[in-house]
Amino acid sequence: MTDIHLKTIFGRLTWESFPIHEPILFGTFVVVLLLGLAIVGAVTWYRLWGYLWHEWFTSVDHKKIGIMYVILGIIMLLRGFADALMMRAQQAIAFGANEGYLPAHHYDQIFTAHGTIMIFFVAIPLVVGIINFVMPLQIGARDVAFPFLNNLSFWLTAAGAVLTMVSLFVGEFARTGWLSYAPLAGLAYSPDTGVDYYLWSLQIAGVGTTLSAINMVATIIKMRAPGMTMMKLPVFCWTALCSNVLAIAIFPALTAAFFLLMLDRYVGTNFFTNDLGGAPMMYWNMVWIWGHPEVYVLVLPAFGIYSEITSTFTGKRLFGYSSMVYATVVITILSYLVWLHHFFTMGAGPAVNSFFGIATMVISIPTGAKIFNWLFTMYRGDIRFELPMMWVVAFMLTFVVGGMTGVLLAIPPADFVLHNSLFLVAHFHNVIIGGVVFGLFAGMVYWFPKAFGFKLDPFWGKVGFWGWVVGYWVAWTPIYVVGLMGTARRVRHFDDPNFQPYFVIAAIGALIILVGILGFVMSIVMGFVNRTALRDVTGDPWDGRTLEWSTASPPPAYNFAFLPVVHDLDAWYDMKSRGYARPTGDFRPIHMPRNTGTGVILAGLSLSLGFGMVWYIWWLAALSSLALLAVAVGHTFDFARDTFIPADVVAATEVKRRTLLGQGG
Amino acid sequence: MSLHSTPSVHGASGDARGDAHGHGSRRGYRIGVALSIGLTVVPFWLVMSQALSDARVTAAIIFALALIQIVVHVVSFLHLDTRSEGGWTLLAFLFTAVIVVLTIGGSIWVMYHLNVNMMPTPDAAAAPMH
Repeated sequence: MTDIHLKTIFGRLTWESFPIHEPILFGTFVVVLLLGLAIVGAVTWYRLWGYLWHEWFTSVDHKKIGIMYVILGIIMLLRGFADALMMRAQQAIAFGANEGYLPAHHYDQIFTAHGTIMIFFVAIPLVVGIINFVMPLQIGARDVAFPFLNNLSFWLTAAGAVLTMVSLFVGEFARTGWLSYAPLAGLAYSPDTGVDYYLWSLQIAGVGTTLSAINMVATIIKMRAPGMTMMKLPVFCWTALCSNVLAIAIFPALTAAFFLLMLDRYVGTNFFTNDLGGAPMMYWNMVWIWGHPEVYVLVLPAFGIYSEITSTFTGKRLFGYSSMVYATVVITILSYLVWLHHFFTMGAGPAVNSFFGIATMVISIPTGAKIFNWLFTMYRGDIRFELPMMWVVAFMLTFVVGGMTGVLLAIPPADFVLHNSLFLVAHFHNVIIGGVVFGLFAGMVYWFPKAFGFKLDPFWGKVGFWGWVVGYWVAWTPIYVVGLMGTARRVRHFDDPNFQPYFVIAAIGALIILVGILGFVMSIVMGFVNRTALRDVTGDPWDGRTLEWSTASPPPAYNFAFLPVVHDLDAWYDMKSRGYARPTGDFRPIHMPRNTGTGVILAGLSLSLGFGMVWYIWWLAALSSLALLAVAVGHTFDFARDTFIPADVVAATEVKRRTLLGQGG
Repeated sequence: MSLHSTPSVHGASGDARGDAHGHGSRRGYRIGVALSIGLTVVPFWLVMSQALSDARVTAAIIFALALIQIVVHVVSFLHLDTRSEGGWTLLAFLFTAVIVVLTIGGSIWVMYHLNVNMMPTPDAAAAPMH
């Protein structure tokens, strides 16, 4: 075999691409390999492959897809948080003569992977997963508008995550920061596989996110239960609608920016290079047209979660429902008018900078209105401080600080001082952890009994809560301080030993957050162990107000034996207070979509296309593309897409449910 | 509590609205074609006969006519009105228009300023500040 043959078969993949020479990576690789083998072995031993394939992987049930999204998000959270711990450890020790334990090229990959993973493969899957699970139940639907597309979206997101994880052990990940700014991300400065892994992972996952957003918008607009007008739509569904409308509008901008960068890297165009009239600044511009609204894609559903929980745990209708809706819509529009505040310092001049600075400050008005709405909902409410409500209160206290530092950064002269400093990094962790992550945890705790039929273990849940909240403040307050003093972000080594105590405290904070993460995992484990004691037979463990609580926990595959008719905003509360009686007979067959493995196959082919393109294995990329086309076209000829759940199965399920409720058989 | 029993995965609201949009009348298409031809011929004539001496005024008129052309197409051929899909089509169209104007207009504005302020010019002192 000559060199040229090897190149044809393996592209630029060689033995050197495997990190055998790097002890940290090799150790991780061995551990991951052993764990993976253990899981595969266990699944084979218990003969679960058939169950997983038929009941989960090929499922088009929105509830199962939602749960798979959340599992993906939690697994990737562990990976992203491992990156965070490594960065904190490096910055806590790398002072003066001590170079720390991470070489520069490794440290740069870690901070890039941390940001990329936390946004694209933790926050987005968790948000999409919760929307997927909850929204159809809240609007009284039996599934989403395009069930197969939903399955495909999930697997494309998972394929992107897998490609990112592959880069850990085969080749390298990008060293260019989480948005891979040009011209650094161009071929001239990043010739290795890192940026290609980044681009292909995010392009594949981005297709999934866009398709999912289209699906959710269509579902909310077309499939609401009879009587549910837009102004009777639960707030969480409103925020999900706005968030997904935003996603549909912005992801094409990111896809286009990445596509042009790909052209630069693969076919030698000069869109974002320094030569031949290329404009790297245009890359920043396009990426942030996506990037700022993306923050609201994530935080709006979190706001929806807080609204549902506040209303439920105060036993009151949400204060100012319509103002909440209008605030959400206004944020949706305004979020398009602020992207330049991410590059005030690039030299746009006073007219442009002041426009975008003022627009940024204006966004805080509808956001503030929301905070007051939650406060007024709590005011004189019968507040139950259970775990979801504790997350809401922690969110309000934490997020307000992050919002205020955000308004501070919106002032261009202040931004000139703080741009690219750790103050900025502390600010966005403050809003993303305090706003999005707390909301996601609140949502997971709140809807967990609905998904699995038992509550999470409250003791370990509280350990998780306090770990996150205390850990957040211990970890990020010192970063705010050093940032205000001018420390730049993404620094691997510091000369001035005076800063070391701050970074040591921050590292301790990260360890406290680790306790929070382990507490959350333990609350799932112990919840499962004590599931008999924590069982929810009523389907309504929190005395809820929206339609998802009218079903069993977990809900049957068809969600509702009869589609509910909605008369009031808090539909389930309204039904309960008017003495709702469960249907006892006259069940009919229910028309449902049929499971299909096409989503898994298409995503697998996308993964091999991405891998082939990253490593210049052209035959693999070409074959995968052809196969993608063939399978996608072939699927359009699959006409056996639906099935009926027979009436007697529905009847049996409903009878079992009424027996559980003690209403007789 | 009244119950609804459509044996379908789709809610009743989805089934009812599906066929709400019409397919336009013959008259509507005729008006659309006539307007489109007119709005296309006028710009061609403007350029070929050079009726206006100022090329910038010509360009502005062509641009304005092109925008009107878009509206004509959307209304006569794509049947955009306030009723189809319960108003959602119009809302989605207007939202898209707003977003496209914001992103393209904003990008041009931003990139123009960046270009003027930050790219090296023969006479750096002459660069405007705003």
